[in-house]
Amino acid sequence: MTDFLRVAWIVMRKDLTVEMRSREIVYTTVFFAASCVLVFAFALVREGRPLEDAAAGILWIAIAFAGTLGLGRTFERERHTETLRALMLAPSDRPAIYVGKLLGMLALLAVVEAVLVPLVGIMFHASFLASPLLMLALLVTGTIGFASVGTLFAAMLVRARSRDVLLPVLLYPITIPVIIAGVRGTAALLQATPDEPMARFWVSLLVFFDVVFVTLSLWTFEPLMTES
Amino acid sequence: MTRFLTPLAFLLMVLFAAAPVVVAYTPFEQTMGLVQKIFYFHVPSAMMMFISAFVCGIASAVFLFRKSAQADRLALAAGELVVTFGLIVMTTGPLWGRKAWGVWWQWDAKLTSALLLWMIFIAYLLVRRFGGPGAEKLGAAMAIFGMANVPFVYVASMYWRTLHPAPTVVPSLQPGMRGAFWFCVASFAMLYVLLLTLRRRIEDQQASVEELYLALED
Amino acid sequence: MSFDFDRLVVDDVSRHFGRRKALNRVSLSCTAGEIVGLLGPNGAGKSTLLSILSTLVAPSTGQVRYGDRTAQQAGPALRARLGLLGHDLYLYPELTARENLQFFARLFGLPQASNLVDDALTHANLADRADDVVSGFSRGMRQRLALERALLHQPRLLLLDEPFTGLDDGSGQALVARLKGLRDRGCIVIVATHDLDLAEGLLDRLAVLRDGRLLPVAASSASLRDRYRDTIQAAAAGASTCRGRHGQGGAS
Repeated sequence: MTDFLRVAWIVMRKDLTVEMRSREIVYTTVFFAASCVLVFAFALVREGRPLEDAAAGILWIAIAFAGTLGLGRTFERERHTETLRALMLAPSDRPAIYVGKLLGMLALLAVVEAVLVPLVGIMFHASFLASPLLMLALLVTGTIGFASVGTLFAAMLVRARSRDVLLPVLLYPITIPVIIAGVRGTAALLQATPDEPMARFWVSLLVFFDVVFVTLSLWTFEPLMTES
Repeated sequence: MTRFLTPLAFLLMVLFAAAPVVVAYTPFEQTMGLVQKIFYFHVPSAMMMFISAFVCGIASAVFLFRKSAQADRLALAAGELVVTFGLIVMTTGPLWGRKAWGVWWQWDAKLTSALLLWMIFIAYLLVRRFGGPGAEKLGAAMAIFGMANVPFVYVASMYWRTLHPAPTVVPSLQPGMRGAFWFCVASFAMLYVLLLTLRRRIEDQQASVEELYLALED
Repeated sequence: MSFDFDRLVVDDVSRHFGRRKALNRVSLSCTAGEIVGLLGPNGAGKSTLLSILSTLVAPSTGQVRYGDRTAQQAGPALRARLGLLGHDLYLYPELTARENLQFFARLFGLPQASNLVDDALTHANLADRADDVVSGFSRGMRQRLALERALLHQPRLLLLDEPFTGLDDGSGQALVARLKGLRDRGCIVIVATHDLDLAEGLLDRLAVLRDGRLLPVAASSASLRDRYRDTIQAAAAGASTCRGRHGQGGAS
């Protein structure tokens, strides 16, 4: 078990080190997320002003879009140097590599969300700080749900044809429950009097989702990544 | 299995010939009248769609973990049938809804789950077609994850609007309707089995041809 | 939980992708302390065979035995005894040479990683460039670094796919010397290459692949180049005779 965690940690550290050298993915993904928010702000307009009720939806859409972009870019980098093969050749449990990659993605998405949440809060006059703990719980569980499926799909698509378009095609339908839960939970917290029981319900749904899908991903990672 | 195909097909023809008669003799539903009769085709199609999704998901898991090419062929046939029956559901549903409720679509739990399942399996077919070599495994992952997703989607769409479960749209069955309903369910179930077997056979024969090509090179 | 072997047996291995047979009933065996050359035209199946030997791809039929165990039986511990140097060198261009080696050393769980890394850098003649980012290296430098990476964990079986590509004469000779040293220490080295001149002094044995099949090697004492050419020509002649027979409408 410690070996598993050790390998995951090493893979994650390597991913973060590589990223910090150029910071290309972080900068471009954060900027892309911000652009998304702007597009929605201009697109969803009522009486000449952005639709404030849309804050929850816009936040999660931006996370999903930015996440898909970040996943694609991260694995494109691995594909370019075929280093994913080198990782598969290590004498460790292969799912540990999946966990390492997942942790790296979570770190990236954490940075993106750290910028997105204040941005959406300011532009849409949304009080994300009303129930900070529940909001954080929603963001954490939702991001894990999205990233767990996304990391698996992006990894398995690395050698596939049309992988750029197939990633969103496969990922979005599967992560719809995450989006629903995230948006409804956030909207509940953004009401005049935050509806905490509702938000807690959505957090528990997300926890279930995370457990099921991380387990499924760990299970299917090795058969999907090896050719037989 | 294959020697039952011809009698099965024949039986099915008889059943489908009889169906309109059976359906015509059912009592009219109070609020919706004639339009409600579309339900005799809509609901069995939806049932077959869900069953096929599970067949596809389980066959995909067997393919992925036991490396059984046969399971993969069954999964492909089942996946196509999800989309086919889904098409029936998604066209009959709005037709019914437009007449019955005045709107083409409603976001209740059952409709949303059905739509999402349909989309997941359309994506399944897309990835199998356009994923390049090794796409069978990609599809298998999609089918497994899609199948695991069904309960979450259902719960999420049920509680989407309020914390109280939204009332279901499909009304419960009057006694006079039950016979006709189950007749249609049985017919659709047999149709499903027939189509699944035929489609899987085509894939099996294709695989045999591939094996012959490979053997020829020796 | 460690695993070792001194014999590699490829037993009637075939691999097909759809309708294309990449490998067709290949059988081969090697023992410790041998350098086997894998020659053949492009598309012959050399890379596929190396992928199978490195456990990244499973054979469609047949098995590969490491000692007396298959890859499945031996489990992840087998990978600690395999080293692969592919076309793409599996190096992270954004990391320095030292960081690349350190990452792989830690990933493989090797003790005293920093000493190993220093030794490897010396072997690769890159000690002075250790803290430079790999994207600035020439092909030859990357090749040397990649080879050291593949050797960090002292594998029993070393698989090399076109290792001489892009190397200048001096580097090529240095690589030949290194491989011979490994052979003398009991490694099984399998090299797929097009470079017949460098392979001349290197190979103990020869395996020639064409269209996925292992060809019977022409047993002359002439140079490697001649032996290879004769093998291919003999196979081509045999094949055209077969085609001639089929063309006359006879069943085979």
